Amino acid sequence: MAAMAPGGASGSDIYKGNAVKLLLPTWLVIGVFLLIPVMLMAVYSFLTKEFRGGVIWEFTLTAYDQFFLNRGLFGDDPASIEWTYIGIFWRSIWQAGLATILCLLIGFPTAWFIATRDARMRTVWLLIVTVPYWVNLLIRTVSMKFLIRDEGPLNAALMWSGIIDAPLGIINTNLAVQLGLFYSYLPFMVLPVYAAVERYDFSLSEAAADLYASRWTILRLVILPVVKPGIIAGCILVFVPSLGAFLAPDLLGGAKSFMIGSLIEEQFKGAAGNWPFGAASAMILMAIVMIVLLAYARSQTRETRT
Amino acid sequence: MSGGMKQLDLRRFPGFFAITLACVAVLYAPLMVVAVYSVNESTSITRWGGFSLAWYADVFTGPESPKFQRAAMNSIIIAVLAGTGATIIATSAAVAMHRAGRFRAKTATFALINLPLMVPEVVTAVASLIFFTAIGFSGGIGTILLAHLTFCIPFAYLPIAARMQSISDSYEQAAMDLYATPREAFRLILLPLMRPGIFSGFLLAFIISLDDFLITNFVKGAGVETLPTAIFGAVKQGIKPNIMAISTLMLGVSVAFVTLSWLIGRSGQKTQ
Repeated sequence: MAAMAPGGASGSDIYKGNAVKLLLPTWLVIGVFLLIPVMLMAVYSFLTKEFRGGVIWEFTLTAYDQFFLNRGLFGDDPASIEWTYIGIFWRSIWQAGLATILCLLIGFPTAWFIATRDARMRTVWLLIVTVPYWVNLLIRTVSMKFLIRDEGPLNAALMWSGIIDAPLGIINTNLAVQLGLFYSYLPFMVLPVYAAVERYDFSLSEAAADLYASRWTILRLVILPVVKPGIIAGCILVFVPSLGAFLAPDLLGGAKSFMIGSLIEEQFKGAAGNWPFGAASAMILMAIVMIVLLAYARSQTRETRT
Repeated sequence: MSGGMKQLDLRRFPGFFAITLACVAVLYAPLMVVAVYSVNESTSITRWGGFSLAWYADVFTGPESPKFQRAAMNSIIIAVLAGTGATIIATSAAVAMHRAGRFRAKTATFALINLPLMVPEVVTAVASLIFFTAIGFSGGIGTILLAHLTFCIPFAYLPIAARMQSISDSYEQAAMDLYATPREAFRLILLPLMRPGIFSGFLLAFIISLDDFLITNFVKGAGVETLPTAIFGAVKQGIKPNIMAISTLMLGVSVAFVTLSWLIGRSGQKTQ
C-alpha cells in the first residue's frame, strides 16, 4: 500500500478551483434526470387524473384522499378509513421485515464463518457468495419460480421421495414471495456483516472467555454489539429494496400477495391506470424509505460520537 | 496459553458451517436446476428427456431468436454506452471529491451522487416516466439510455472513489515539481494509478445496466425491448425451455464478468 500523504489523499487540492468544471456533468445528469423527475412526481401526486393515462393540470388532494379514505362508491358517503392500500403497504412492510430477519439469521453465521477462514479460503468463499448477486435479478426470480412451481422440480422430488403426496402449492402465495425476497437480497446481508466481522478484534472474545463467559454469552454480549453497525447496514440493504420490490411479488405471488411495487406499477399501465394515485403511492413509499435512512444516519452519528 | 485446560476455539460456533452450506445451497439451487433443465431434450419443462443442446440452438436460430437477438443487442449497446458515460462522469467526480480540496457543495454533491442508490427503484421508474412524458420524449433507446446513465453513476463512482482514497497525491506533486502541467500530471500519473478502480467501476456499471428491468420497463415505450424486458414478456406467457437456455447463457456471462472483475481487482492490489 502506498503511504498516505500527510493529511490524507482526500484533502489534496491539486485541482482546487476546478471542482465546478469536474462536477458539472454529475450535477447535470443526476439533477436533471433524477432530482427534477422526483420533484415533478411530487407535483403529479397533487394533479387530477386524465382518463387515458396521464394528468390534467388542476391541483387536488384526490390521490391522497383515495389512498387513505373511503367515501363510498359515489364519493358522497361519510369518510371512513380505506384499508385496501394501507393493507398493501402493511403487507409489504411485514414481508420486507421478515425477509430481513431471515437474511440475518442465515447471513450472520455465513458471514462469520467466511470471515474466520484463512485469507485464501476467505476469497474463495466470498466469491462463491457474491456470484449469485451478479446474476440478473429477473433470471434469479424466474429460476425460483421454476423451482417451486406445483409441477416444478422441488415438488416432483418431494413427491417422488414420498414425503408429500400432493404439490405443496407454494407458488402464488405470500410464502413464495417471501422466498423470492429472501433469495434476491441474501448477498446484501452477508457482505456488510462480513466486513464488520473481519475487523473484529478476537482479543475481546479471549478477555470474555478468561472471565468464564460461555461461547454464546460472548456472541450475545461482546460480538453482536461490536459488529452491530455491519448488521444494521445489512438490514437496510435488504429491507429497502424488499419494500419496493416488483419482480418477486409479480412473478411469484398472486392476488393475495400484492405489494407496493405492483400497486404502483399498475397505475401506469394503459388506460386503467391512475397517474396521480401512482405518484402519491410512490411518494408514500419514498417517505417510509427516507424515514428508515434518516434513522440509520442518526444512529451512525450517535455511534461515532460515543 | 500454557494452562492444562483445553482452550476454547473462540472463532468457531457449532452449526455455523452447516448454515453456511445451507446458504450456498439456497443461493445456487434455483440456478443449478435451471442450468440442468436447459439441456433437457424434452419439450416439456417438467420431464427429463435426455441431454440435448437443442434449446441453445433454438435461442440462436429458432422462431423467437430474432426477437431475443435484437433485445440482446439493445441491452449490450445501452450497457456499453451508459457504462462508459457513467464511468467518465464518475471519474471526473471522484477527482473533484479527492483532489479539489474543500468546497462549499461537497456534502450536497456526495448526497446527489448517492441519490440513485437511496431512491427506491420503482420510484425512480415512475419519476422517469413522468419526466420523459412531461417534456415530450417518447420512449425508446434514448430514454432508456438516459435513465441508465443516471442510475449507473453511483455504481461506477464507488470503486473509483475507493481507489482514489488510497492514492497519495505525492506522485503528482513530484511530477509538478518537475514542471509537469496539472493536465500532464493527471494524464501521466493519476489516471494510470486510478485505472483498476476505473475498470471495476465500468464493469459494475455495465452489469447494473444489463440487470435492470423495472426502470427500463417504465421508460422503454412500445416496440423497444432489452433482454430483461423481452424475457419478462416471454415468462408472462409461461416458462419455456428456450428461456432456460437464455438464462443459463446470461448466468455464464455474469460469472465471466465477476471473475474478470475479481482478477482485475487482484492485479490492482499487486501493483500498489
